[in-house]
Amino acid sequence: MLSLIVFLPIIAGLIILAVPSSQKQIIRIVSLLGAIGQGVIAVLIWRQYDPTMAGIVAAPGGSLAGSFQMIERVPWISLDLGSFGPLNIEYLLGVDGLSITMVLLTALISIIGVLSSWTIQKQVKGYFILYNLLATAMMGCFVALDFFLFYVFWELMLLPMYFLIGIWGGPNREYAAIKFFLYTLFGSVFMLLVMIGLYFSVIDPLTGHHTFSLVAMADQANYIKGAILGPDNVTWRYVAFIVLFVGFAIKVPMFPFHTWLPDAHVEAPTPISVILAGVLLKLGTYGMMRINFPLFPEVYQAGLYVIAVFGAINIIYGAFCALAQQDLKKMVAYSSISHMGYVLLGLAAANSEGMVGALYQMFNHGTITAMLFLLVGVIYDRAHSRQIDKFGGLASYMPVYTGLVIVAWFASLGLPGLSGFISEAFVFVGAFSAPVTRPIAMVSVLGIVFGAAYLLWSLQRMFLGKRKPDALYDLEVDAHGHEHIHFHDWKGKLDLDARELTMLVPLAVIIIALGIYPMPVMGLITTSVNKLVQVLAPVAMSAVH
Amino acid sequence: MFEMPSGAEIQSIISILKGGAGYFVPEIYLSALFMVLILLDLITGKKNRGLLATVSIAGLVGSLFFIFKQQAMPDTQFFFGMYSLDRFGIFFKYFFVASGILAVLTTVIDDQLKKHESGMGEYYALLVAMVVGMMMMASSTDLLMMFLSMELVSLSAYALTGYLKREPRSSEAALKYLVYGAVSSGMLLYGFSLIYGMTAETNITRISMALAAHGYDQLVMILAVLLIMAGLGYKMGAVPFHFWSPDVYEGAPTPVTAYLSVASKAAGFAMLMRFFFVAVPQGFDVSASALHIDWLSILMLVSAASMIYGNVVAIWQKNVKRLLAYSSIAHAGYLLLGVITMDQLGTQAVLVYLSAYLLMNYGAFYVVILIANRTGSENLDDYRGLGKRMPLLGAALTVFLISLVGLPPTFGFIGKLMIFSALIAKGSLFMWLALIGILTSVISLYYYMLIPLNMYLRDSENAEQGVMETGMGAKLVTASLMILTLWFGLFFQPIANYAKYSSVLFGAFLN
Repeated sequence: MLSLIVFLPIIAGLIILAVPSSQKQIIRIVSLLGAIGQGVIAVLIWRQYDPTMAGIVAAPGGSLAGSFQMIERVPWISLDLGSFGPLNIEYLLGVDGLSITMVLLTALISIIGVLSSWTIQKQVKGYFILYNLLATAMMGCFVALDFFLFYVFWELMLLPMYFLIGIWGGPNREYAAIKFFLYTLFGSVFMLLVMIGLYFSVIDPLTGHHTFSLVAMADQANYIKGAILGPDNVTWRYVAFIVLFVGFAIKVPMFPFHTWLPDAHVEAPTPISVILAGVLLKLGTYGMMRINFPLFPEVYQAGLYVIAVFGAINIIYGAFCALAQQDLKKMVAYSSISHMGYVLLGLAAANSEGMVGALYQMFNHGTITAMLFLLVGVIYDRAHSRQIDKFGGLASYMPVYTGLVIVAWFASLGLPGLSGFISEAFVFVGAFSAPVTRPIAMVSVLGIVFGAAYLLWSLQRMFLGKRKPDALYDLEVDAHGHEHIHFHDWKGKLDLDARELTMLVPLAVIIIALGIYPMPVMGLITTSVNKLVQVLAPVAMSAVH
Repeated sequence: MFEMPSGAEIQSIISILKGGAGYFVPEIYLSALFMVLILLDLITGKKNRGLLATVSIAGLVGSLFFIFKQQAMPDTQFFFGMYSLDRFGIFFKYFFVASGILAVLTTVIDDQLKKHESGMGEYYALLVAMVVGMMMMASSTDLLMMFLSMELVSLSAYALTGYLKREPRSSEAALKYLVYGAVSSGMLLYGFSLIYGMTAETNITRISMALAAHGYDQLVMILAVLLIMAGLGYKMGAVPFHFWSPDVYEGAPTPVTAYLSVASKAAGFAMLMRFFFVAVPQGFDVSASALHIDWLSILMLVSAASMIYGNVVAIWQKNVKRLLAYSSIAHAGYLLLGVITMDQLGTQAVLVYLSAYLLMNYGAFYVVILIANRTGSENLDDYRGLGKRMPLLGAALTVFLISLVGLPPTFGFIGKLMIFSALIAKGSLFMWLALIGILTSVISLYYYMLIPLNMYLRDSENAEQGVMETGMGAKLVTASLMILTLWFGLFFQPIANYAKYSSVLFGAFLN
């Protein structure tokens, strides 16, 4: 089941490889079918998922089956390393509360991404092959439970992303693409070293051999004393935690490693921005929750304050930057940075409320930001401009569009009744109840105010007020005093067409529905998050040492 | 005074040689192939390109059979301790034959060599001679034999580099190569003679025993080690003995460049490992080892310098061959990381890395040749827009470059993984080297990606936009190399296990 959902896009990609590149429509349809297939499997997994099973670590006795679900475990590589025993790499997939929502989100965003890619005209075949490769890599990251496998999927994302930004991007795409590539690679090469170090430090209790299994690594009892990342090697454990954290923080992206993101977003085509904001950024915080924190819980506990401070900087700095932007897409990109700050703040709270808020915020951020970028794409398709001050009074001739913009904008600023509110509220409840993060939470609340400021301000400038004819059409007044409208590059009606509605309406429905009744997602994650909090708690650790 | 040996002595020498010859079959066979190629060239005249290439490939493939038969033989030393047969040597024999086959394959497609008017007879013969020489470099256990085999490789390489006689760049490269080569050979020989002076032995195992038994002068020893390292460093193309490589790589016919960058580098590493592991072993636990020659520290510096210099300087290269030349300096640095650990895991890692390097570097050069055939240029700027015009080759070249960076799921990643595993298994001792290694590999991403950047992200300025066709055979070779690079990136078990099996050197005790 999980293998199928991971590799379905690659299969679609292989089929596309065989289709002649002139058959653009067939290529698109094959991709769409692949993505829908992924969606169907995701729903099936969701229906089968048992939310009472905890995940995170193995069940008592070391068995995986009592804790994770839909496990697929096949020995992959087995090498003899002489005095270090065998090197075992497993093809190990499974889901728990941390990953199930991300699997659903990835499947959803993949479908929307394909729909949004319909307008791509340049090198369609190459585009969809890379797109499908990316879809496989993203999904693989979320379900891999073996560090090696995770790393392979993690790095596999980089190359397609590089080309997708670099070939189909805007005018400054070369710079944005290589910047993205270098930043993320810089983060992940350290991960490679930590991964190797962990391998030599962890023993799988069932086999007695070293292992790459993340589940075994998440149990502090499996670490060998005296190994490079063993429990007594405090210095290297701190170093390993920090470099892993930086690796994931680059993906989040966390200040001061965030500068690649606005560049990448501004240059990337709309569907790639959607994927980037909707799924890729989540991999950073997912990696922290799955790998970074549970593997080094004592360092995590020691670093809560720092994580919280960086979270607050992200929230406030991101909001300030968003406030200053002239380019609508850049504004959304910075707002995305700001909102990922809430996730960091929730993670730093180290309690159930904060963690649930963080994970729920990851899901909501995925849907809301995806919607924001789609909406930006809609206006850019029509006007070939994203400058906020070039627009005005859009509401009067694009009413449906404006309605959806209002949903997304308000969800983003955390209006009660929309999904963003609930997750941010949970994050703040968590952060206020933890003594470490309380003062930082107080400061972070300001972020909501600034968030409201840039969102409402842009809304007012673009959608309300006087029409500004330059961006979308020319207004001509003929000799008889009649007004004639000449649209730029746009035939007929300006408001959303059917394809755009199919992308946007489901997202709006999800955002509203999860704002009113969050349990479909909350219910999936709570057990696992509680378990994670327990694994990370200082008490649990002192029991081990 | 020289005394005539008696008849009985001569008899015994002959019988020893006869006995040893049984272990020397692949080398004898390939030497015969060398002569067959020369004779064929003489007989058939100038219209013999296809025939010579076919005979070379068939001959090289045939030699695999004899190497395979050696696998059943016990590890041994023969020819009066001049030469050895062990798994380590056998691994390199396979390696050199494979690289020889690839060299022939790259030669056949190269337009520049095709146009070469004075025939290709000596070319293939020299290629085969170099295979023999490199095999001997990997298996010699005696200083004299080591020197001889290295000279055999070098002399063949000089001639191959200058093979395009009318091309000034080629002749210039050959001359530079020769001058540098002569100096380093001299240094190597000087180092050898110092060691001989201290121990009165030329066999590396006996040298080790003599050094342990009688002691030695620290200063002389360091001097000898430095000189030997200079000679070997030249073959490996490591900093600071790398000065020849960018010019030679740029000027030599591209198939020769590929051959030098992979095979001759590997031969240098084989000899380095055999000499240092056996003759002057040094464990990190200094008290436990009898010898305190700190050649490892020197190697560490060489390795770090190679990684940094190679990767940083490559950034500014505009010529793809030069770019790959600097990258090959950097790869020498990565390979040295595996040598420095001085254990079985490290040796295994070096062998895996070399196998990966063989595939990916040959793949990259293969595509570079195919592109140069079409565009007549190796400049980065002329790669613009090629991705659209040659889809398969572009994709393949991207895979090879990604593999050279060391990203999964490619074989190059496995090489890096093994090397870094070997380093980290030693604890925090080599962490700084591992850090330099990974940071420079991030730098390497930048310059390697310049090639896909030009191929895919930029459009060519000239009007010609049609798809460029390449021959079916060339496509097949490229595709197989690409698939192998990806396949071993995911399923590297057989190669890694074979490398483990081969990391046994005659007379070396690796922990």
